[in-house]
Amino acid sequence: MNELALSVKDLTVSFQTFAGKLHALRQVSFDLYQGETLAIVGESGSGKSVTVRSIMGLLSKNTLVEKGEIRFKNQNLLDYTDKQKEKIRGSQIAMIFQDPMTSLNPTLNIGSQIIEVLEKKRAMKRQEAVEEAINLLDLCGIPNPEERITQYPHQFSGGQRQRIVIAIALAGDPEILIADEPTTALDVMIQAQIIELLKKIQEEKQMTIIFITHDLGVVANVADRVAVMYAGKIVEIGSVDDIYYHPQHPYTWGLLTSMPTPDLEGKLYAIPGTPPDLLNPPEGDAFAFRNEYALAIDFVQEPPFFEVRPNHYAATWLLHPKAPSIEVPEKIKERYNHFEEKIKRGDIQ
Amino acid sequence: MSHTEIAKTSYNEQILNQTSQLDDNLFTLDNRMKSAKNEEIIAPTLNFFQDSWRRLKKNKGAMISFFVIILILIISIFAPFFAPHDPNAQNPAWSNLPPKIPGLEHLSWFNGMSVNRGGALIDSYEQASVPEGVYYYLGTDSLGRDLLSRIIYGTRISLIVAFAAALINLVFGITYGIISGWVGGRVDSFMQRVLEILSGIPNLVIVVLMLLVMRPGLVSIIITIALTSWITMSRVVRAQTIRLKQQEYVLAAEVLGQPVYKIMLKHILPNMMGLIIVQVMFALPSAIFFESFLSFIGIGIPAPNASLGTLISDGYKTFRFLPHLMWYPAAVISIIMLSFNLLADGLRDAFDPKMKE
Amino acid sequence: MTVNVLKEQPLVQIKQLKQYYNEGTRKEVKALDDVTFDIYAGETFGLVGESGSGKSTIGRAIVNLYTPTDGDIIFDGKSWSQRQSRKSKLSFNKEVQMIFQDPYASLNPRMKVNDIIAEGLDVHQLVRNPKERTERVYELLEAVGLNRDHATRYPYEFSGGQRQRIGVARALAVEPKFIVCDEPISALDVSIQSQIINLLEELQAERGLTYLFIAHDLSMVKHFSDRIGMMYQGKIVEIADSDTLYSEPQHPYTKSLLSSIPLPDPDYEKERQRITFKPDGNFFNPSNQLVEVEPNHWVYQ
Repeated sequence: MNELALSVKDLTVSFQTFAGKLHALRQVSFDLYQGETLAIVGESGSGKSVTVRSIMGLLSKNTLVEKGEIRFKNQNLLDYTDKQKEKIRGSQIAMIFQDPMTSLNPTLNIGSQIIEVLEKKRAMKRQEAVEEAINLLDLCGIPNPEERITQYPHQFSGGQRQRIVIAIALAGDPEILIADEPTTALDVMIQAQIIELLKKIQEEKQMTIIFITHDLGVVANVADRVAVMYAGKIVEIGSVDDIYYHPQHPYTWGLLTSMPTPDLEGKLYAIPGTPPDLLNPPEGDAFAFRNEYALAIDFVQEPPFFEVRPNHYAATWLLHPKAPSIEVPEKIKERYNHFEEKIKRGDIQ
Repeated sequence: MSHTEIAKTSYNEQILNQTSQLDDNLFTLDNRMKSAKNEEIIAPTLNFFQDSWRRLKKNKGAMISFFVIILILIISIFAPFFAPHDPNAQNPAWSNLPPKIPGLEHLSWFNGMSVNRGGALIDSYEQASVPEGVYYYLGTDSLGRDLLSRIIYGTRISLIVAFAAALINLVFGITYGIISGWVGGRVDSFMQRVLEILSGIPNLVIVVLMLLVMRPGLVSIIITIALTSWITMSRVVRAQTIRLKQQEYVLAAEVLGQPVYKIMLKHILPNMMGLIIVQVMFALPSAIFFESFLSFIGIGIPAPNASLGTLISDGYKTFRFLPHLMWYPAAVISIIMLSFNLLADGLRDAFDPKMKE
Repeated sequence: MTVNVLKEQPLVQIKQLKQYYNEGTRKEVKALDDVTFDIYAGETFGLVGESGSGKSTIGRAIVNLYTPTDGDIIFDGKSWSQRQSRKSKLSFNKEVQMIFQDPYASLNPRMKVNDIIAEGLDVHQLVRNPKERTERVYELLEAVGLNRDHATRYPYEFSGGQRQRIGVARALAVEPKFIVCDEPISALDVSIQSQIINLLEELQAERGLTYLFIAHDLSMVKHFSDRIGMMYQGKIVEIADSDTLYSEPQHPYTKSLLSSIPLPDPDYEKERQRITFKPDGNFFNPSNQLVEVEPNHWVYQ
């Protein structure tokens, strides 16, 4: 395992709303290693965006960080003053967002937006900055960067705008890049291009990436490790092989079986019900009410993380020795078989 | 049937130790998810107005204004009960009396004293031989009419003019705006150009033209005011219509076969209600002010009726000697306008669902 | 999902449909450029394409939200140009309905759920008294998996998935034969998408509905549809059975799109090679048309 780039411990965040306190994150912990791509998967309300905004210090005024810490370079980011947070934003940790339409300033040409970062964060002089901006645009696949650097965002397509956003993020030469659903608003083909771009950048710059999405297909393509979130908590975390071929949490099973695959016969599985109300999170496991495999204890006490295999953790009582044996869904069994084969072949330790 | 074996690590051992107390019975399958509880909604249901009212209540300025307005409305509507004297009863012997309020006579404002030509402070009521027990709370004007009563009735007239004008403005503005916005295309362009021409004519010119056509009076003032303010309403309504007609629920209604007029009534109008109400609330003080202005320059409500504007106009003439004749009507108009503006502002925030706390 | 596509008169025929904006000017946009295809009773026809392909425009043109620049739509044997009377248009509205994409914009926020669902009943006068109306609303709510007491609530109290169900109930109220589903699941969470798809499948089996399923998620379209039409820049470039389109795509755009779809399988993803598509002179050749290269498999060439 590489060195630790960032570590989140016990992060608990809530929002004060007119209807009460919304418990957005409930004791979220995970490690991020240098050079890897960690995907955070979850649906609306899972807390994935709040997690990364906490890292970036981009939480709104009515947010309360109740406890926890975010360790970056031996400091707790949550203790930073606003000024200190500003300093690391862009230059050490950068973020790109979902909607390329609103991520770019429509009144500035794209060159200025990149150069601004270069001058501020890397103290470059104007001439140097212009050259570097052209390099970045080229790296990100914008054709004829020398000419297009003076153009405005509206003169580019959606996919190109996202590339420009990535170029701006790279301008600060960050160690960690957080991508919050960067391809959700894009067409499939453009999505594929942007993902290829991110992979290329990661390879060239040895960047660490946190990739947030709800699309399990995209995750399978980009991620080294995956964290699955539900109702403000991580329910399962492990390598891509662990999560896709040896998943343990019923919510992960639900996600994997509710996606249609080309060879699918028969009905899709549908996780019944809707995600819980985070104003009053239920006692015990938040997923229990939608869980076919719920145990009595799930309604009483939250399950701890069990270590399934090295670096694969799942928070489900089903892993406790006292839990009964269950009939795993057919399609998950197939994945388990594939996992077995991989182990036999030596592809996985 | 399977059960995954967890790794034999110290971490897991620790977890198992911590959880060793748990009863074996807890580890049985419990399939509660089948119940319909999942789709239940617990909170009570609020419609748009209830929700907005809840938000409005938090705005102190708006709530105070709201009660002030209610108070003023009640006093104006029940003017005959509140006014101590007949507003039009002239009493030349008792003209130009300063304000005198029983119980507050120690205050220099309400002691019935004024400065005579010699510079001395005298009791004007005595001087004018006003009998004991007759008070004019806010004094009298040059014809001996009670100012307080005139203010109360004047407010009533000002408010009637304002509400009536707002109503006409509403009807015209909404109709014009909704049609222009819904139909779109050339018809819309044409209708908007007409509006631009109309709005280019200065308001006073319209007023003067109206006076030529109609006899001066309450009705002509109302129509004049309505004519000059409906344009803003129609523009707001048109903008909202254009935005709303693309909403999917409007499309759904079309696909269901709803005729256009029903779509306008059920889907488009209700969803701009908030904005319309706010527009009206802002239009009212405008109307009051405009009417006052017209009265002030002498082409407003004809005598003997008086609106607040007429009162200010009369009071202005003798301001140096009898300040009370102008201060009080001016104060009332200011309070009314301030209250309406604050309330309208508060309503705009309350109606806007994006103002999530 | 396999349904016998009977070789009879199709339920819906789209003939050379054109939707041009700003025709003749420099800003001319051809949202639909000579589109022709048929939909048979009882089947689910999937329409796939990226943004700008024209798939949404077709859906809205079929339900007559747009008037096409040229071409014809024939439903149940009757051409649209024959349906000019108010009564005729109304009967069309009863037979053809639509489910919309955005659950947060497809329900009137000022109306209660029962009024939203019963609107169709009111327009077509399908119920005789308030009691019957309420009964019908309850039936429909239960048919889509909601509770009776949801009827007196407002849309803001519901989640995205629940709102979509209300939209489905609204469409079902008039007992249509044909429903255009315009990206009904694109705005929903993954775990809710399958709920809605399963619901639509159930309803189809129970009520013999015909669907036009418009979406950009090819995997979902393949799962749900019997036949698929692939669209690109206002034209249909390929039509085939779902399985055939997936396993033996002919048109270069189809091949390219299929190769770009990520699947939840890391080993497959490592091996996947993306094919790029660049429309060249061949594509824009005006003599191109849909050619039946195999029985029931049409390719634009």
